[in-house]
Amino acid sequence: MADMVETTASGERSATAQSIRIGFLLAGLAALAVAPLFLYPVFLMKLLCFALFACAFNLLIGYTGLLSFGHAAFFGGAAYFTAHAVKEWHLTPELGILVGVLGAALLGLVIGFFAIRRQGIYFAMITLALAQMFYFFCLQAEFTKGEDGIQGVPRGHFLGLLDLSTSTNMYYFTLAVFLVGLLVIWRFVNSPFGMILKSIRENEQRAVSLGYSVQYYKLGAFVMSAALAGLAGGTKALVFQFATLTDVTWQMSGEVILMTLLGGIGTLIGPVFGAGLVVTLQHYLATSDFPVTIVTGVVFMACVLLFRRGLVGEFYASRLGRRLGFAYRR
Amino acid sequence: MTTIFGIPLAAFLGQLLIGLINGSFYAMLSLGLAVIFGLLRVINFAHGAQYMLGAFVALLLLQYLGVDYWLALAIAPLVVGLFGALVERTMLSRLYDLDPLYGLLFTFGLALTIEGTFRYLYGAAGQPYSVPPALSGGTNLGFMFLPNYRGWVVAVSLVTCLGTWLLIEKTKLGAYLRAATENTVLVQAFGINVPLLLTLTYGFGAALAAFAGVLAAPIYQVSPLMGTNLIIVVFAVVVVGGMGSILGAIVTGYMLGIAEGLTKVFYPEASNIVIFVIMAIVLLLRPAGLFGKDA
Amino acid sequence: MGALLQVADLHAWYGESHVLHGVDMTVGEGETITILGRNGVGKTTTLRTIMGIIRARKGEIRFAGRDMLSVPLHRTAHAGIGFVPEERGIFASLTVEENLTLPPVVADGGMPLEEIYDLFPNLLERRASQGTKLSGGEQQMLAMARILRTGVRLLILDEPTEGLAPVIVQRIGEVLQKLKARGMTILLVEQNFRFASRIADRFYLMEHGRMVADFPVAELPDRMTTLNKVLGV
Repeated sequence: MADMVETTASGERSATAQSIRIGFLLAGLAALAVAPLFLYPVFLMKLLCFALFACAFNLLIGYTGLLSFGHAAFFGGAAYFTAHAVKEWHLTPELGILVGVLGAALLGLVIGFFAIRRQGIYFAMITLALAQMFYFFCLQAEFTKGEDGIQGVPRGHFLGLLDLSTSTNMYYFTLAVFLVGLLVIWRFVNSPFGMILKSIRENEQRAVSLGYSVQYYKLGAFVMSAALAGLAGGTKALVFQFATLTDVTWQMSGEVILMTLLGGIGTLIGPVFGAGLVVTLQHYLATSDFPVTIVTGVVFMACVLLFRRGLVGEFYASRLGRRLGFAYRR
Repeated sequence: MTTIFGIPLAAFLGQLLIGLINGSFYAMLSLGLAVIFGLLRVINFAHGAQYMLGAFVALLLLQYLGVDYWLALAIAPLVVGLFGALVERTMLSRLYDLDPLYGLLFTFGLALTIEGTFRYLYGAAGQPYSVPPALSGGTNLGFMFLPNYRGWVVAVSLVTCLGTWLLIEKTKLGAYLRAATENTVLVQAFGINVPLLLTLTYGFGAALAAFAGVLAAPIYQVSPLMGTNLIIVVFAVVVVGGMGSILGAIVTGYMLGIAEGLTKVFYPEASNIVIFVIMAIVLLLRPAGLFGKDA
Repeated sequence: MGALLQVADLHAWYGESHVLHGVDMTVGEGETITILGRNGVGKTTTLRTIMGIIRARKGEIRFAGRDMLSVPLHRTAHAGIGFVPEERGIFASLTVEENLTLPPVVADGGMPLEEIYDLFPNLLERRASQGTKLSGGEQQMLAMARILRTGVRLLILDEPTEGLAPVIVQRIGEVLQKLKARGMTILLVEQNFRFASRIADRFYLMEHGRMVADFPVAELPDRMTTLNKVLGV
């Protein structure tokens, strides 16, 4: 559907882009490090969780062109798994999150196994339907506690040492998870596996004729994306200390699509911006009585009609962006 | 008492009827989706919202203007159809040259907007719409008691599906539609106004959804969210049937509705996921769908 | 004889690639014109650009005095131009008769359905069968027949004899002769020399996206040697 951003081959310009990137990266890290001094930590943690979720989603659509309409299953599913593991099995937070990630990966394997049998809009509809099936499962299953959800999840001690019950500690823990997640994505995209994914997206027939098992690679990307969405979901369960049905609904799947679309499908950093915007918007609308759904819907339509490349993608494709040496290939 | 597989016959037939009713709605909605998709290559996520709009227009017509069910059955589809045509003309038509996923995303945003607006204005709670007096009560068929309104819904949906099928397969307008589905450019080069045809098709699909919504109003409660959960099930129906065939969409709709009803008799816990399970099985055995021509 | 179709300095693009580089041609009322040229010089593109199927175009196209560049695709036929595409464009989901009656009648003077069935008895016989179940020759007849109904003044055909048996080619020749006799203006792209020389009044030779020569059929024998060389026959 969209393409990743890459620097142009010619030296000087892309060098500019590269140094701008590094500059942004450092500035971003510095900003994240001091952010809790200025902003409400729970808000920041929520933002980081959703940003990671959007990046995980983007891994699939941006690098394989597959639009999943069911990613809430992995995000919300992992939240349940982690919450259950920490609360009922008394696991430490890192192991609890690991349970969430593995659970989401397994769920991704099952849903992906069915969904990759079709492409394009069918793929989207199948993932939506299967995620809805998982929603009904969560609605009826014992361990999810139905409409109430799993409440009062303890944050515990990281590695048994660092107390996460203070919001400062929890914030830096979440930030670390977020950065690890981004690093994994970055490594994955630039690995041989990621390169083959790219070649499949560009020309599936050619990849097949080169002897690559396309389905296997697509499934691999799907599971990877699900696992990372699980990382985000599991962490969110610890941040808020609960896991509820909200995170497995189709609305949540739609929300992550919006974040990615708004920020820029296929750009590494776009989904982070998109998530930031959407979470901030929700934060402010929450205090008014104006419904978030309407705003979400309108922004969705506007994105599709007016700036399909997303904010970051449009910047890269703009005159200024190109001058600085960014490239946005469609 | 007569039983079937250990289940009282009356209960069995009752669930079968509920299945048939649900199937009627699945059939009408998946038919509309298939018609729109065939020509526009757009999966209309807003189909559920348009169904909800139909029911709401009927409700509001009654509350504010005292317009009865029968007139609403004609007016609501017209209103929603015109709204659909307007949306197609002004916005959706800009997306035809792009990946079909954008059409899906756009109509998803449209659905959220419509539903959000109605939730804002009328709240999330369901509101009752009473069965028209002429169809209240029921008929004793000897083996079961059939509420008249439910019988009417099954009959009308059958007629609607059959009528739509005839319209597409046997009329001049249908021939234009079929030809344009195959080769838009050539049909246009023959002097047929394809952009208009696209607008009419989307408007017709929206009107069909709204018609189903009016029919549904007295059975289910009228609520802003009545369409969305339904549309996800209908997507599964469409995956099972494959969108290559109009008749396939209709038949699959009824079949899956009945399958769901029967599941309620034998294994109630699985009744709201059975259609998704069937979808998964079909994907394993026949990925293109039962009636699918497209891979 | 007045010019029915006038094309001047016509350029056209497929995406980024510039395909027509200033085509000039004139088709007189009642004339039959054949465009010759090697594969890939832009013959089909010329036809599709005149029809308005290719929209990325610049220059002048006048039909019966009317500027066609701003006319939307679905109004081209109403101006009086009919198109028989190379791939014939028979619809699989339509019956033979539905295919035949699909293009709307745009002006008086088209052939009534009975007359078409007289001319193509096969189509009458198989009118209820699926369009694409016909043989290649029958499909070509159908593709032509459905335009005859519409009353257009100019018939554009893209390689009507391609891949067909000699007996069918002869039949198509006869049909085109009949149309000529009725005063129809015909513009066609054709590889089959012998066929073209039997029906065409005039030829255009195309190279690299423009017309490089035009000459009446009478000059054909004198030009055979050069043509053979240019066309690489």
